[in-house]
Amino acid sequence: MAETMALAPPVRYNDDVVKKFVIASMFWAIVGFLVGVFIAAQLAWPALNFWQPYLNFGRLRPVHTSAVIFAFGGSALIGTSFHVVQRTCHARLFGGKALANFIFWGYQFFIVMAALSYVLGFSKSREYSEPEWHLILWLVIVWVAYLVAFTGTLLRREEPHIYVANWFYLSFILTVAMLVIVNNLAVPVSIYAAKSYSLFSGAQDALVQWWYGHNAVGFFLTAGFLGMMYYFIPKAANRPIYSYRLSIVHFWSLIFIYIWAGPHHLHWTALPDWTQTVGMAFSIMLWMPSWGGMINGLMTLSGAWDKLRTDPGLRFSVTSVGFYGMSTFEGPVMSVRTVNALSHYTDWGIGHVHSGSLGWVAMITFGAIYYLVPNLWGRKGLYSMRLAAWHYWISTLGIVLYISAMWVAGIMEGLMWRAYDAQGFLQYAFIDSINAVHPLLIIRWLGGVFFLTGAVIMMYNLIMTVRSPKTATSGSGLIGLPLPATGD
Amino acid sequence: MRFRHEILEKNAIYLLLASLVAVAIGGMVEIIPQFFIENTIEPVKGVRPYTPLELAGRNIYIREGCYLCHSQMIRALRDEIERYGHYSLAAESMYDHPFQWGSKRIGPDLARVGGKYSNDWHYAHLRNPQSMVPESLMPHYAFLEETPLSYDRIDADLRTNKTVGVPYDDADIANAKADLESQANPDADHTSLLKRYPKAVAASHTKPYISEMDALVAYLQMLGTLVDFADTNEEKLDR
Repeated sequence: MAETMALAPPVRYNDDVVKKFVIASMFWAIVGFLVGVFIAAQLAWPALNFWQPYLNFGRLRPVHTSAVIFAFGGSALIGTSFHVVQRTCHARLFGGKALANFIFWGYQFFIVMAALSYVLGFSKSREYSEPEWHLILWLVIVWVAYLVAFTGTLLRREEPHIYVANWFYLSFILTVAMLVIVNNLAVPVSIYAAKSYSLFSGAQDALVQWWYGHNAVGFFLTAGFLGMMYYFIPKAANRPIYSYRLSIVHFWSLIFIYIWAGPHHLHWTALPDWTQTVGMAFSIMLWMPSWGGMINGLMTLSGAWDKLRTDPGLRFSVTSVGFYGMSTFEGPVMSVRTVNALSHYTDWGIGHVHSGSLGWVAMITFGAIYYLVPNLWGRKGLYSMRLAAWHYWISTLGIVLYISAMWVAGIMEGLMWRAYDAQGFLQYAFIDSINAVHPLLIIRWLGGVFFLTGAVIMMYNLIMTVRSPKTATSGSGLIGLPLPATGD
Repeated sequence: MRFRHEILEKNAIYLLLASLVAVAIGGMVEIIPQFFIENTIEPVKGVRPYTPLELAGRNIYIREGCYLCHSQMIRALRDEIERYGHYSLAAESMYDHPFQWGSKRIGPDLARVGGKYSNDWHYAHLRNPQSMVPESLMPHYAFLEETPLSYDRIDADLRTNKTVGVPYDDADIANAKADLESQANPDADHTSLLKRYPKAVAASHTKPYISEMDALVAYLQMLGTLVDFADTNEEKLDR
């Protein structure tokens, strides 16, 4: 295959848009982590709310979640998907510069407007989908443009097969469109007013929201980033994907099963029991396809494990797959009703989501960006391997502090809320549980500070890399497909 | 295996359509029946739409992100029932567009906070939560009391709720502004308000104007109070 690639006429990839998204992704990483550290500090020291409306915890928390998921994660996903789809299809991005620029600036505009709207007091109160209806309409337009650019590139490919990373990217783009449209069905008070009322109510509304919410995790934070994994790990390790057959089986089972798992966010609530049970059953089944992805990612390193010592980017990627495996085991455990009775409403949930988002999502992105920046800007390597190693260890330590503090806090809250004394009365007032976890909230904040510090080091390293003298043609366009998968 | 999958792998449109089918099924099976199975929402007496003032207060609750720290869903677990009251029924949030069940308790559940404390307690607590509960992590909301409530077009809010299925009638909408002003004033005649909206609680009206805090307190004071559980047959609730 390498020979046919070399003979093919050179394709001029649109690397400009990829570069923009990489820069945006790093910028939003710092912003999102910074807001996260600040609201973690507000929970430890409430005086930091400063007793005014705009920077209250309640308004800043959606700024944090939107900035990390949609701004940092979303920019990384769109940018890498454009990089990957062009190279694996051996085709220039569909729609030309204009469409690519519209997607970039349209998406950034959405993010800025969403963050401003929360701070100014506009929110639909649907978790991870807070922007009001007019912003959602704009997002849908941008997203459809993204789908067109991506699918259009697939259609003009010169490779016979669609590479596995693109299956994941495609299902992520498609499913996010479906989720966003259904979850945001609402009637505005007036065409001139930002306020709208959700089309659904109560139990049905809760189910629609958590069908969305869980699959924002499943498709935005999982399928999309698996697409990233399937390109950048084989590239960095210079090894083929471990198993082609496993990638087929786990792709279809993952996307089919994930959609059913939403009701585990509503155990023991007024949602009908049958729905809870179905959601729980599918959540447990989800363990297997998730680990299919983990196995395929890790085993791709077979014969190349020594590269972990020399390539800090790859070290991030591999560690992220480890965290992916851990949190996709923890998730099914927490989806069991009996466990959920203890874990729901507690900090255990916050810990779980951060082991997935810091450990898996952020680290796989760091790995991809460490690979991409020298490649896109035509530099031989990173400015400093030592700084990248420092970033790795500081952020790993930060994650460990964060998630262990939240495990202890969550389980403590769950146990205190259900504790009875010898006379058969509830043993603790609610506020006792808040007092008990206070030191753990401080440790969590410290974990966040570590993670933010790591990202700042990364930013510095990348800026210095770009400012270092040019050593190769930028984009080195012909480095296309990863090696073909072995066997089947 | 490889041969058959090749069809999808070599045709982007087939791949797109097959993925769409795969991701559509689960949601359809779980969500659509909720609208048709009769006992999704149990038949209980007493649940009514929000008064205009409560609705305005609820919108402030949403705006400030209260749901991020307070749940409104008492689960059917012994300790929750003893701590917060009867487990929440689906019927109790049937007029909630959107629902406010929440997902995290940094503060206690509020599904049945109505009537648990006096108006005075709520005003003092919202102004400075630490004055009532010293260890509380809650931000101060004194600014709500300083902000006049904007309610000139509250009838449009009721009308929109009617569009999405809340049974407000024409009289409710026509009287929206008057009802709001009546409920915000503890000394007003509440007869017609209470006829339309039983169990509505008047705000304390601590300022010369109707404040956002008045609306929020009116909302908090009705939470979980509508269903008379002495009158509700447990067997009817068993689903």
